[in-house]
Amino acid sequence: MSTAFDRKIHETVSNPELQLAIYSATGRLMDKRKHAVTADLLPDYQELRTHAHALKQHTLENLDYYIDQFERQVMAHGGKVVFCKDAVEVSDFVLGLAKERGARLLVKSKSMTTEEVDLNERLEHHQLEAVETDLGEYILQLAHERPYHIVAPALHMTRFQVADLFEKKLAVEREVVIEKQTLIARSVLREKFLAADIGVSGANFLVADSGAVVLVENEGNARLTTSAPRIHIAVAGIEKMIPRAQDLGVFLKLLGRSATGQPLTVYTSILSGPRRGEEIDGPEEFYVVLLDNGRTKLLADREKRQSLYCIRCGACLNHCPVYRKIGGHSFPWVYSGPIGAIITPQFMGALHEPGLPFASSLCGACAEVCPVKIDIPKVLLDLRAEVKKAQAREGQGRLERLAFKAWAWVMRHPGLYEFLGMAAAFVAPSEEGYVRGLPGWMKAGPLGQWLSQRELPAPAPKSFRQMWRRR
Amino acid sequence: MSRDHILHKVRTALGRQEGQAPASPPPVRLRAPEATVEARIESLCRCVEALAGKTYRAASRDAARDYVSGVIGAAGAVASNAPFLAECGITALAGVRSGLTDRLELRGLCARMPFGITSADYALADTGTLVMLASRQEARLISLLPPVHLAVVPRERILTSLDELLMLQPLPVEERSSMVLITGPSRTADIEQILVRGVHGPGEVHVILV
Repeated sequence: MSTAFDRKIHETVSNPELQLAIYSATGRLMDKRKHAVTADLLPDYQELRTHAHALKQHTLENLDYYIDQFERQVMAHGGKVVFCKDAVEVSDFVLGLAKERGARLLVKSKSMTTEEVDLNERLEHHQLEAVETDLGEYILQLAHERPYHIVAPALHMTRFQVADLFEKKLAVEREVVIEKQTLIARSVLREKFLAADIGVSGANFLVADSGAVVLVENEGNARLTTSAPRIHIAVAGIEKMIPRAQDLGVFLKLLGRSATGQPLTVYTSILSGPRRGEEIDGPEEFYVVLLDNGRTKLLADREKRQSLYCIRCGACLNHCPVYRKIGGHSFPWVYSGPIGAIITPQFMGALHEPGLPFASSLCGACAEVCPVKIDIPKVLLDLRAEVKKAQAREGQGRLERLAFKAWAWVMRHPGLYEFLGMAAAFVAPSEEGYVRGLPGWMKAGPLGQWLSQRELPAPAPKSFRQMWRRR
Repeated sequence: MSRDHILHKVRTALGRQEGQAPASPPPVRLRAPEATVEARIESLCRCVEALAGKTYRAASRDAARDYVSGVIGAAGAVASNAPFLAECGITALAGVRSGLTDRLELRGLCARMPFGITSADYALADTGTLVMLASRQEARLISLLPPVHLAVVPRERILTSLDELLMLQPLPVEERSSMVLITGPSRTADIEQILVRGVHGPGEVHVILV
């Protein structure tokens, strides 16, 4: 575990206000989901999950075909697909287009993919103003923070923090009533929408057979982002593909319910190109940026490929006992929670944060609620093995390997094992059935760390083998 | 070029050849049980109201017009070019602007007017959803910018569900740039999980069934 990861975890767990905020928000989201997938409201919930999994599996196994089909459809409707291999290519494309069109202001609707490539920072660096318009994302942009949660980005902030922030950044009077805070944001952002030249959105789904970008939201900011400005750019990972528009029947039923307990979110936009012939409004130009940024690496391994099935509902975060303690900002990259724990090492390398796949109790709650049935615990185990292998290659973890080697050697020698067992029972200071009162030097190393959170049961006075012989 | 580079990496990872046909996909899974028009209306109204939307069952087109007139009062409204609105006499109401085809004029009005009036291409009974297709008749911004959205929908346009909508062939989205499903008023819970309506879109939605 790196010190930064460790430090952030300690900061989070020792902040009672933050603990309460995370615990109650995720608890509410858990509750909402639970009531939306009951047998009487959604009798075929489990079948839908199985079907969604099969659809994602099929799409990714034939991804090149669907990307190609998607591209042809978008072009047939008058749009354009732009392939980008990394963050630099995305920002270069957006900046280039903005320059060509003389655009100065860009509005954005919530997109984890653009977070992943730090698009805002890159654009601002080139004096192109990019404004987040989802209320939570807007707050975070003002606070210079990254999303705390995939679905509820400002989950960790209280109305009082928002009041301070608005007062300072927007030069408005301090306002602690949430409804009024929302109205302040509405009016500031309304001006931005009407003045913006370019709207940048993410995509929840890309529909191959109709060349459509599907966006799911509750506020209306994604609709505004994709309808008001002259140019719409959707930025999406290549894995967002689904084969047919009809498959939305499966995915939309699962996404809203798993995320916020809604059968359908307030707005679902299915956008297939710039405005056609006689339509009165809508963008004149329509671009879909298809981003790799490491996704093709994940495709190669059959087992780990399922990390790309994710539809970003956030249910695994809400149900994760670890996320609920350590929160979103402890995670080393933009994706947090169980899904972050399996995506991050695969995108950034196993040693980016070696502690990450181990920060899990493997309780399996994530897999149980995942709407596309990603076997997160299984992938976590694979990644743990990968971290260990990578550490061995780097010459790290020598002591640990040495200890296990010694352990294996002792296990192969029953006589020695028995002797050591008896010796431990004889020398270990025990109290109430636990090892207590170890000498100080033993607590300095890894054993001490281990013991700082747990109790070691005292060795049994008689071993099983001894009892067996005297039977 | 990144296009070929990325597609090449995808094919290599998957062990596929260029131009190789895909395996057959899992079957389409859509279920739409039959429901009478009465049952659909019942369900639609229940769902819209559960989301704090308002509903009105108009016995006639004139009744729909009177309801709209009562809601907008003396305030101004912008109405879409849907023929059904004209047939109801709504576009002829005082203060209602309609027949707009200029993009900038439309934007300006939508940004100013307290009410936006549209029809809807379909409504979905089991979720309380309005289905809006962009067209010369229906601009996107009328159901989006004004704080109150009134949708006047002929009752025969009510489908049972999203599944029934997706069964329509060809899918409406093929010929239009945008199909938007609207399920209740705009809302957010981004601050402390407290529900607030009307953040960017309309905070009030009226569904008027004729």
